[in-house]
Amino acid sequence: MSILVDKNTRVVVQGLTGEAGTVHGNGMLDYATQVVAGVTPGKGGTTWESKKGVKVPVFNTVDEAVRKTDANASIIFVPGAAAADGVMEAASAGLPLVVCITEGISIMDEVRLRAFLRSTKTRMIGPNCPGLITPGQAKLGIMPGYIHKPGDIGVVSRSGTLTYEVVWQLSALGLGQSTAVGIGGDPVQGTDFIDVLDLFNKDAATRAIVMVGEIGGTMEEEAADFIKRNVKKPVVAFIGGQTAPPGKRMGHAGAIIQGGKGTAAAKYEALRAAGVACVQSPADIGKTMKAVL
Amino acid sequence: MNLHEYQGKEVFRKHGLPVSAGFVAETPEQAAEAFTKLGVPVAVVKSQIHAGGRGKGTVYEKDLKTVRLQGGVKVVKSAAEARDIASKILGYPLVTKQSGPQGRVVRRVYVEAGCDIDRELYLGIVLDRKAGKPVVMASREGGMEIEEVAARNPGAILKEHFDVGLGLQGFQARKLAFGLGLSGETFKQFAKMLAQLCRLYVERDCSLVEVNPLVVTKQGNVVALDAKMTVDERAIELKKQPELEAMRDVSEEDPVEHEATSYGLNYVSMEGNIGCMVNGAGLAMATMDIIKQAGGAPANFLDVGGGANKDQVKKAFKLLLANPDVKALFINIFGGILRCDVLAQGIVDAVKEVDVKIPVVVRLEGTNVEQGREILKASGLKIIPAADMADGAKKAIEAAGLKR
Repeated sequence: MSILVDKNTRVVVQGLTGEAGTVHGNGMLDYATQVVAGVTPGKGGTTWESKKGVKVPVFNTVDEAVRKTDANASIIFVPGAAAADGVMEAASAGLPLVVCITEGISIMDEVRLRAFLRSTKTRMIGPNCPGLITPGQAKLGIMPGYIHKPGDIGVVSRSGTLTYEVVWQLSALGLGQSTAVGIGGDPVQGTDFIDVLDLFNKDAATRAIVMVGEIGGTMEEEAADFIKRNVKKPVVAFIGGQTAPPGKRMGHAGAIIQGGKGTAAAKYEALRAAGVACVQSPADIGKTMKAVL
Repeated sequence: MNLHEYQGKEVFRKHGLPVSAGFVAETPEQAAEAFTKLGVPVAVVKSQIHAGGRGKGTVYEKDLKTVRLQGGVKVVKSAAEARDIASKILGYPLVTKQSGPQGRVVRRVYVEAGCDIDRELYLGIVLDRKAGKPVVMASREGGMEIEEVAARNPGAILKEHFDVGLGLQGFQARKLAFGLGLSGETFKQFAKMLAQLCRLYVERDCSLVEVNPLVVTKQGNVVALDAKMTVDERAIELKKQPELEAMRDVSEEDPVEHEATSYGLNYVSMEGNIGCMVNGAGLAMATMDIIKQAGGAPANFLDVGGGANKDQVKKAFKLLLANPDVKALFINIFGGILRCDVLAQGIVDAVKEVDVKIPVVVRLEGTNVEQGREILKASGLKIIPAADMADGAKKAIEAAGLKR
């Protein structure tokens, strides 16, 4: 078992014929993910072919792609100016899961998107995220698949490459992953830590959870409160940005200490109080999980 | 991206918000002319820098030791006085609570008509990340920093969230106006300006708008005495706000950070001795953390991004080497989209072009890692390979000669 995606996930790739869509369409197919359709407005009726010769039909709209291919999830590789529209299109087509990889969507568009999604049953992962992967089953994202191993550790993170680092550490110690989810580094996200922690908590195949947070906002503090009340499985946490200066945006639009709020120290304190095994050094995340188990 | 007060007020005016008349001046002479043009008995000369606390700040000589003027905002009663104050401010650093110890050199002053203040209020709009909506904040404690009020007396801050599609509703504006103790004509003016401010926030892609203070004059009128606007960088990048983009004042930005941005790199200057280059913001922050834990001090945050090309890697490398405080470099790459071979070629090219006098430690992992390591090895360059993050941080600090 796993959360959100598995071998039955049928993916439509919005922006499949573009540069990023093509690179990662290949990457997902190489990981044996069921990529069943592509959507590029104006290229409907054509066929996209992977490097290994897999043919994928391209449609003009997500709606048509879903009707003709029974897709049940979408992944979005369209540029910032059009990505919010793409998510809304996928949600309107009734897809329960939309993964938005795109970085650089304007914050006001993200706010509008959040309001729009409230009236739908769609879960959005992202934006500005690496996506998610259930090792050995399905990859809806841009992560290097080979570093993952099937197993029972759930991983949830605001980061991209730092998530790869964590997964790499876990795999090297023989700790496979049930699902690894990158929720993204933007200030307004479709899915937060609590959503994913709740799913992992209820997932019979997940034994323990690694949570990778960073400075900015209060999502980690809220997660700590949730863990304290609900999560019975061991949780190991790392917070990036312990040395970050206040008032500076550290790459991610959401990673900023403002008005003394959102510091790593405050997040660690809340997590520690919730009984979470906190890791100070990013090199010790895997080791700590091993010790906890 | 931050706007100056005078720019913010220009935008305010376009949105029908009440602001006093004023002119921007770059020389003492222009300040005197501005006073004359205003034709008022009292005006205020206000330093224009991207840092708060200007009124309580201090203008120093260029040595940052001798005081030229207490206060970066001054009331003047004649053209001659406006000229005199402007001459004390223009071209000199103003140090405030928010400016850092170096202060900011004042390049412009804003000469604004004075008004008879009865009450000072606070009004701000920010994004509430948890709610995923903007929130209006108002308090009776105008002129105070909102963080200070929040810490001391959180109940004094009134809050109303609004939907960006629907805008702030009438009942919400009334709630805030009653909460601030307004009545009569003032109440009406406030409700109207609040709706306009919310519209401005959405239409101009702001991440923050702050009017501190918002004053009620002795005549009962509502006037925005300050205007602080922060615009979402991504809206600027997407060319959604060309008018505001034209207002960008690069002299207020860190020159290295600005240069990095022009190459598509995310860079933040810090005071430290180990330069770092990393792909991905989360890993970059974690790399800074591990350098600190190993006994060094990170000199910067640098995220070369997921899709960096060889040229960007080269430029990033040069930026790091241009910092004289840097004693060693730690390059920490986990290849995903950015393949290790591309990164390695970028480093090799850069090292060939630039005269590298400091040790370079490289940790590579991820996509095409073997090819990447091979390229570095075959180059014959003196690069110290690291097995993992912890090893890399340790080696960088040792190589820099900083081992405790």
